[in-house]
Amino acid sequence: MSEIKKIKNLKDFSTSSDRFEGANLLCPGCAHSIIVREVLNATNDDLILAASTGCLEVCTSVYPYTSWDASWIHIGFENGSTAVAGAEAMYKALKKKGRLKQPDRKPKFVAFGGDGSTYDIGFQWISGCFERGHDMMYVCLDNEVYANTGGQRSSSTPIGSSTTTAPAGRTSYGEKKNKKDMLAIMAAHGAPYVAQVSPSKWKDMVAKIQKGFAAEGPVFINAISPCTTEWKFAPEDTIAITDLATDSLVFPLYEIINGSELNITYRPKNIIPVRDYLGAQGRFKHLFTKQYEYLIGEWQDRVDAKWEQLQRREEARV
Amino acid sequence: MADTMELRDIEVWDGNMAASQALRQVQVDVVAAYPITPSTPIVENYGSFEANGYVDGEFVMVESEHAAMSGCIGASAAGGRVATATSSQGFALMVETLYAASGMRLPIILNVVNRAIGAPLNVNGDHSDMYLGRDSGWIQFDAYCPQDAYDLNFIAFKVAEDHDVRLPAMVHQDGFMTSHTAQGVHTMTDKQGFAFVGEFQPMNDMLDLDHPVTHGVQTEEDWHFEHKARQHHALMTIAMSKIQEAFDAFEKYTGRKYNLVETYNVEDADAVVVCMGSSVETAMEVVDELRAKGMKVGVVGIRVFRPWPLEQLAEVLKNVKAIAALDRSSPHGTVGMLFNEIAGTMFNTGTKAVLTNYIYGLGGRDLTKAHLVSIFNDLKANADAGKLTTPLQQYIGLRGPKLSFF
Repeated sequence: MSEIKKIKNLKDFSTSSDRFEGANLLCPGCAHSIIVREVLNATNDDLILAASTGCLEVCTSVYPYTSWDASWIHIGFENGSTAVAGAEAMYKALKKKGRLKQPDRKPKFVAFGGDGSTYDIGFQWISGCFERGHDMMYVCLDNEVYANTGGQRSSSTPIGSSTTTAPAGRTSYGEKKNKKDMLAIMAAHGAPYVAQVSPSKWKDMVAKIQKGFAAEGPVFINAISPCTTEWKFAPEDTIAITDLATDSLVFPLYEIINGSELNITYRPKNIIPVRDYLGAQGRFKHLFTKQYEYLIGEWQDRVDAKWEQLQRREEARV
Repeated sequence: MADTMELRDIEVWDGNMAASQALRQVQVDVVAAYPITPSTPIVENYGSFEANGYVDGEFVMVESEHAAMSGCIGASAAGGRVATATSSQGFALMVETLYAASGMRLPIILNVVNRAIGAPLNVNGDHSDMYLGRDSGWIQFDAYCPQDAYDLNFIAFKVAEDHDVRLPAMVHQDGFMTSHTAQGVHTMTDKQGFAFVGEFQPMNDMLDLDHPVTHGVQTEEDWHFEHKARQHHALMTIAMSKIQEAFDAFEKYTGRKYNLVETYNVEDADAVVVCMGSSVETAMEVVDELRAKGMKVGVVGIRVFRPWPLEQLAEVLKNVKAIAALDRSSPHGTVGMLFNEIAGTMFNTGTKAVLTNYIYGLGGRDLTKAHLVSIFNDLKANADAGKLTTPLQQYIGLRGPKLSFF
């Protein structure tokens, strides 16, 4: 196994040699680029990358330019996972046959996809890759909406959020369904490592990415990626919103090893009310009206129950 | 290192086995596949080769045909020899990725065992899936028998992987009629078969870690048109000549000759049928019988469906008086695809030939010799009259009242 990269501090980390260029077309304040840099900078190993159609893809590969200083492939909306799995299969074949050009270097295989690609349209492809056990990492850039196409709901969109296909209105509070629990589903594949990460909790995130790179087999990372455009907050508030998500426990940070061993990796010193997280974003603005305010309490109850459940699972080691 | 399989000079193989053996002999690096009737035995045979040490590449059985081609694209972009097989509904599910494979200029080989597309669901052979692929930017070879299915795979790899071409290629054969019909197949030894295609030469390979590449970019109105034009150019000019070169090289290598357009008794024929797949050989038998009775009839088989051999076909048909385009796919709302292609081929040639269209064999319905005799009789009447004496489009072999249009 290759050596794990040593990262001393944030300055050291943020000035690492970049294989993802600052020259890209992502919105100012987009968390995608922060997440991608943190993933790529967590290792010195060679990288073979894939992206599904979405914000990251359209903003980083507009011909004749590329933002990627590592081999990168995009096919379609649903198959970023399988694209990199195919490359991984070719690596194994050429290694066996002695035809690798750099036989002493073992690249890492990483696929990126938004929540639309991951929770919805690409779900089957990801499941197939994980069942087959490709040695790869799948990173979901979870902004809880089809942001690239203008803010339509996905199965990651949380209840009460207003989207263009489930808008809030006089008779509707917006999205009616709870967010799909993708991490539990991926853990149920028996994957050696799955984890939720937040780009603002960078030490926790890097530790998890490095654990993922060290694992043999398919690794799933669900990264919260606040979307300044669709969540409706100021571009300079991305990190603050991310902190609100983790500190309110709306987006708890934990990992599951080998499908069963659950560890909570971040316990906020001061747990803030869910109301504060929701209130900071325009997509939940309508919840702060008499008509729909009851949803905030319901939401707090769900977050409390999930946190309770995570702690019990952690304690029970199952 | 994979074990060598000792083959007899002539093996009794069906079309599926012929294709599987070709994939084994060219030492494909990655096969990513999903089973579907009637192409399933191609991947089953291949799996058996792998399980017994005759294959040392990766064999990845994925969860759908879309994933199969997605995996093939990733593997091919990574830099190695890649192939798979499919049919019908699976082919239809793959379509999105077929366009990606050709647009990304990846030399993947896809064996398509032709089958009807539902609804109603049907497992038998027709050409609906082959026609569905015709605008996808792939080279399309058509096998009429197991021998062709074997040979054309080698030719397909040779052409597709040529660095001047870099386009994916399909090898078509008829579901069941060819795929499940065992015939004598002249073989090459493993060494000969591999040597014809040679070691894979990577280009823009993702796994060259010192030279990162970006595959599958975004282009809008500024560059998309130029990319597509280059792709078309590569098919029309480069691929076309490389196919001919590969046919010539293969003939020199094995003695077996293939042509962009196959002909049988066409030189002095007044009436010919143009068809594809296993029907070509059936039509050849009928031509023999009718020739014995003094009818000047012939058969034209399309061997290379894409790129369309327009000039070669026009040359072959230039003196013919009546032509029937035999389409094994429902055109749903117009004339058959072969009719359209032939009409487009002949339009500016000054031909006076009368062109008609027959829709036949949908969902595995037999095309009998009697059907072909009746078609040739129609053609003779058209040739003698110098004009249409029959409806332009007829359904043949259909139960119930006759169906015809125009």
